[in-house]
Amino acid sequence: MKKIMLGNEAVARGLYEAGVSFVSSYPGTPSTEITEFAAKYDEIYAEWAPNEKVALEAALGASVGGARSFCAMKHVGLNVAADPLFITAYTGVGGGFVIGVADDPGMHSSQNEQDSRHYAEAAKLPMAEPADSAECKEFVRLCYEYSEKFDTPFILRLTTRVSHSSNPVETLERSELPLKEYVKDAAKHVMMPANARRRHVVVEKRLADLEEFAYSCPFNKIEKGGNLGIITAGNCYNYAKEVFGDSASYLKLGLVYPLSEKLIREFAESVEQIIVIEELDGFIERFCRSMGLKVTGKDVLPLCGEYSQSLLREKLLGEEPQNTALGDDIPARPPVLCPGCPHRGVFYVLKKMGVTVSGDIGCYTLGAVPPLAAMDSTYCMGASISALHGFNKVRGDEDRSVAVIGDSTFMHSGMTGLVNIVYNGGKSTVIILDNRITGMTGHQQNPLTGLTLKNTPAPYICLEDICAGLGVAREHIRVVDPAKLKELEQVIGEELSADCPSVVICRRPCALLKGVERHPALRVNTEKCRGCTSCMKIGCPCISMVRGEDGKKKAAVDPLMCVGCGLCKELCAFGAFED
Amino acid sequence: MKTKNIMIVGVGGQGSLLASRILGAAALGSGYDVKVSEVHGMSQRGGSVVTYVRYGENVASPVICEGEADVILSFEKLEAARWLPYLRIGGTVVTGTQEINPMPVITGAAQYPDALCEKIKALGVDIISEDAVAIAEKAGSEKAANVALIGLAAHVLGFDAAALRDAVAACVPAKARDINLRAFDAATEKVG
Repeated sequence: MKKIMLGNEAVARGLYEAGVSFVSSYPGTPSTEITEFAAKYDEIYAEWAPNEKVALEAALGASVGGARSFCAMKHVGLNVAADPLFITAYTGVGGGFVIGVADDPGMHSSQNEQDSRHYAEAAKLPMAEPADSAECKEFVRLCYEYSEKFDTPFILRLTTRVSHSSNPVETLERSELPLKEYVKDAAKHVMMPANARRRHVVVEKRLADLEEFAYSCPFNKIEKGGNLGIITAGNCYNYAKEVFGDSASYLKLGLVYPLSEKLIREFAESVEQIIVIEELDGFIERFCRSMGLKVTGKDVLPLCGEYSQSLLREKLLGEEPQNTALGDDIPARPPVLCPGCPHRGVFYVLKKMGVTVSGDIGCYTLGAVPPLAAMDSTYCMGASISALHGFNKVRGDEDRSVAVIGDSTFMHSGMTGLVNIVYNGGKSTVIILDNRITGMTGHQQNPLTGLTLKNTPAPYICLEDICAGLGVAREHIRVVDPAKLKELEQVIGEELSADCPSVVICRRPCALLKGVERHPALRVNTEKCRGCTSCMKIGCPCISMVRGEDGKKKAAVDPLMCVGCGLCKELCAFGAFED
Repeated sequence: MKTKNIMIVGVGGQGSLLASRILGAAALGSGYDVKVSEVHGMSQRGGSVVTYVRYGENVASPVICEGEADVILSFEKLEAARWLPYLRIGGTVVTGTQEINPMPVITGAAQYPDALCEKIKALGVDIISEDAVAIAEKAGSEKAANVALIGLAAHVLGFDAAALRDAVAACVPAKARDINLRAFDAATEKVG
């Protein structure tokens, strides 16, 4: 039966059909839905781990334990999981093991644009890259087959456009696989120097075998057309097909590492000119050049951003689009914190207090956007806390700086930073935005929410107890409702002046969570509104200033969007917002 | 046939994902190859969002570029104007008349441009603008505005009318089916 599937859904279907029985992941756009779809199959055990390193190690354990296993992450998640990743090349697998990583060219929802293919080369692991949903499913099947054949994990590389595009996929039945026998093999799995030295030789031999496999493997295909040869991979193949159709010849690489010199050379000899089309880095191009081939690539195509058919037409054919546009300036529409978002009040207060804010990864990164503009830095998961520690050690700014981190991000990699503050005599203040869910990626459960990925009850893990256990004094672990602005400001002020590490937990569920009470929209009493615009400082998308009949601008609330959170009411000095 | 390119544009949270699912189902139900490309993550948070639907005999790229869209289906006027360069010469814009102020307008850093539909029309562009929210409300729920918008565009989307209606019925939640079909029918009558 044919079904329209998102690339990520097709990966999950591939896991199901390949008999995978264990999945452990940490959510991250654009990879998140793979694990969510996988969790819908009763035959697959699926879980959210606190971070990608834990997820990859759990999946490695499941593989060694004899099951086909999988873990998914976004590109920056692979940085977190890099330590076990490299070791898996040495240990090999038990049951087939595939690591899904989704890159984000164009940075639709990421802090950088890194190219994960370099990890395959650095870790000496084979990497497959599908171009659409049908290939997502098919490549997963192949990856498991060859993971077991070559005794190696496979990396499945996706990009945003493959993960988040849908197209028809033919579904098949699941192959149910028995758990493989577990036999203790310390020489293969205890990676101390004496064993690892022998395993490194195995890694190099396997890589040579894989390179030979790459020549005739079912991942790669050649389509003969004209004398223009295009070497490409992933979704770039689709863009190239859109532009050059059957007039060109294609070497579409489904296995992007290792590459087969023999295959590329044979293809090159069959055409007159070669263009390498790949998003982000010139990974394939560099290989072609190292072979001494003359190719066109990053000399005309960009290193930055997402490709498209139009970009190829412009850069390779000099063709401009035919279109019309309005002369008017169209105001930008950047993303904003949602109506009723519990983070809004926190950033309003931090801006008012004028403190330095060390931010982190999540919805709340939007606190950096005007008019709140209450964030000085955002680097990577957990860095809000650890970077603030270094900042304060050299500047002594403990009484006028805070770290702001979400609940899920804190569990991911904030805890170790907090330990560092306590252990090394820091006095920094950490604000944990506990909205009871992993928000940015679309509401995933996490260790603090009391539910698992499969929506079964999980043991209660108490955030306050964690902080206390890490060494923060109980009296300096404060819990506040971020909707109560005055109390929030007072508590943050007290903890900033404390001469020890402190944690302020701002606890209020995400406004989009099911079960969160929505109040009727507020109205503005135009008699009371003085048009002072102080309500505009909270960056609420529901409030705007509208000119009344008397010509004076007064606040107005969009009744369709407002969820009645009352933050505007809380800060209006004239009581103009009414229920 | 030549690949048909439909863009769905709007503000994060307006329901463009469901609209794209309906068009995808209509294409598959009509025996076409189809690719739908959507945006998740940060841009969904009240930002400008775009979804591409391409169908035909054999669809390669999942995205639509400037000058390629046969139809731009817009939930919001400013978004119709923003994405207008993506319309091909001779294409059609179908837009709801809803206005949602973006943050630069809210903070006073920019103005919401006036008479956008008239200005687009003045460029010689074929544009249909109707209050999709009002049609949906009349049918029973403002949530059916996305389906009303599809109804307004039904005659330019290239599907057999019955196939499109079946796709609506199949994709919307069962309990909201009647309301959505009413909104769809009311919208198609308005244009037809």
